[in-house]
Amino acid sequence: MTAPVKVRSSREVYRDVLVEVLADDERAICLDTDTGLFAGVDFGAAARRYVNIGIAEHTVMGAAAGLAKEGRVPFVNTMAAFAASRAIEAVKIDIAYNNLPVRIAATHSGVSAGHLGPTHHALEDLAAMRVLPNMTVVVAADAATTESLLRQALSLPGPVYLRLGRNATPDLPAGPPVRLGEAQVLRQGTDVVLAACGAYPVLSAIEAADLLAAEGVEATVLHVHTVKPLDTATLAAAAGFTGAVVTVEEHWAAGGFGSAVAEALTELMPVRVHRLALPDEFVGVSGSQRFLLDRAGVTAAAIAERAKRSMRGKIR
Amino acid sequence: MSSSTLAPPSTVAAVSVDTAAGVDLAEIAARIREHVVDMCAGPEGGHVGGSMSLVEILATLYFRVMLVDPRFPASPDRDVLLLSKGHGGIALYATLAEAGFFPAERLAGYGTPGSPLMAHPNTAVPGVEMPTGSLGHGLALGIGYALAARLDESDRRTFVIMGDGELQEGSVWESASVAAAQRLDNLVAVVDRNGLQITGGTHEVNDLEPLADRWRAFGWRVFEVDGHDVDALTDALTTEPENGRPTVVLARTVKGKGLPMVENQIRSHYAKLGGRAHRLARAALREGRSS
Repeated sequence: MTAPVKVRSSREVYRDVLVEVLADDERAICLDTDTGLFAGVDFGAAARRYVNIGIAEHTVMGAAAGLAKEGRVPFVNTMAAFAASRAIEAVKIDIAYNNLPVRIAATHSGVSAGHLGPTHHALEDLAAMRVLPNMTVVVAADAATTESLLRQALSLPGPVYLRLGRNATPDLPAGPPVRLGEAQVLRQGTDVVLAACGAYPVLSAIEAADLLAAEGVEATVLHVHTVKPLDTATLAAAAGFTGAVVTVEEHWAAGGFGSAVAEALTELMPVRVHRLALPDEFVGVSGSQRFLLDRAGVTAAAIAERAKRSMRGKIR
Repeated sequence: MSSSTLAPPSTVAAVSVDTAAGVDLAEIAARIREHVVDMCAGPEGGHVGGSMSLVEILATLYFRVMLVDPRFPASPDRDVLLLSKGHGGIALYATLAEAGFFPAERLAGYGTPGSPLMAHPNTAVPGVEMPTGSLGHGLALGIGYALAARLDESDRRTFVIMGDGELQEGSVWESASVAAAQRLDNLVAVVDRNGLQITGGTHEVNDLEPLADRWRAFGWRVFEVDGHDVDALTDALTTEPENGRPTVVLARTVKGKGLPMVENQIRSHYAKLGGRAHRLARAALREGRSS
């Protein structure tokens, strides 16, 4: 694909917004885990509300819970793999069970850590986080949506998992306003739904819609940035209208975004759902995020192919 | 500062229950033990051993050391208690009831279907700060509370009670290191050092010694006391904070304390005290009170 001009990465946007939030809101506090994304000086007068806990992901989640219980709004910076696997029990019990307003900013999600390898990839985090009661799960796709969704999430009374990348990814094309909890309709079509979450999955879905249009197939493209709560109404309506759905995500197939869509549609609007995701294996080779996704078959061509297959197999 | 998770903070200053009433701690401890035994006679039984070893620690904290106000459990002035060894929940419930957080009659609901009084504490019970039970969480929570107190420029202190077996959880030491690095001298850990865990002595399963040296090496100030001596506990728990160092009190205790038939035995960990066992246990407590 032809990449537009690169902009800020989602984690850089998060950093810039957070500096502003700490300046504006006395309750906000940033807990870092030696990520290198921040330094205390970034926060100016609010520097005392930046605390680098160190390499201690379990402790940082518990500390965030204690702070939140005492009226603060902690922002925890760590990598997605460590938030969702290493520290998951603290997230589950200390944060979700107490329904506390902790914001977990999880960078390096999916395979965005690239050649750092499977220890640093997070292909299970959506599954781990979306099953937790009280948790809101948001996936950023570019700089603008990251900023918009982060600002909307600031007022949520409970915990938020914000899935961020590592390096900058191309901007999404302009679309309707991004609203937390609502799927963004990027394109309307009558034949098939392409529902995607995350930077490259959404970009690939848009590209796949172009490929399909060239063959006379009209696809609806949904950018689903909020995995929990899922906008089941929009998904069910689109599924009912077209009779076929392909989901696309940067996550293992089991339990992720596609699974969430399939669960919902099974009850609301049973149609054929094809889930395009990373295969059931660890991604044990070097390569960029884009390269690893291509290698795993999360591509525009694969989406278009699945879309055509799903149309042949329509059950409504 | 209010939050969505707390009742509106009161403007009433928290008070130490002790200063208000001049209570007899031995009497309070005896009543807590009776409640614990009665709860263990309920439909589910309970963690009798590790609750009985905690009694003086909890009584001393709630009736002599901490500033708490049962009418305003979320008062911003309060000191905070986190029972990291959540399986001591029934001792905490009994203490909270005695301290006036809820009527003692409600303890009879422990373990009955639909009751919030579960084996491990949760925030539906008045006075419980945080749900605990999975071991190795409380010290991290305490770090959060202690950081909040520092940001609020408040003198309130945070007390975290851990079991000694719990110290086998790696997360405890991760948090111990962070607390020292953050110079949280307003954080006090208390270790219920009864020396037993489910499958044997802590020294047999995964030895913790030299425990005081371990804590010192992690940057903590250490007190070692008899965990059933309320005056020794009071002295350790009311010592002025040392600049920049968190404090740990290693309290030597007896698992099942007060019940000679199970004292210092691993079978005391969890028990369902049926009719006869319940009568014998209550008789042993009466015996202990009169001796």
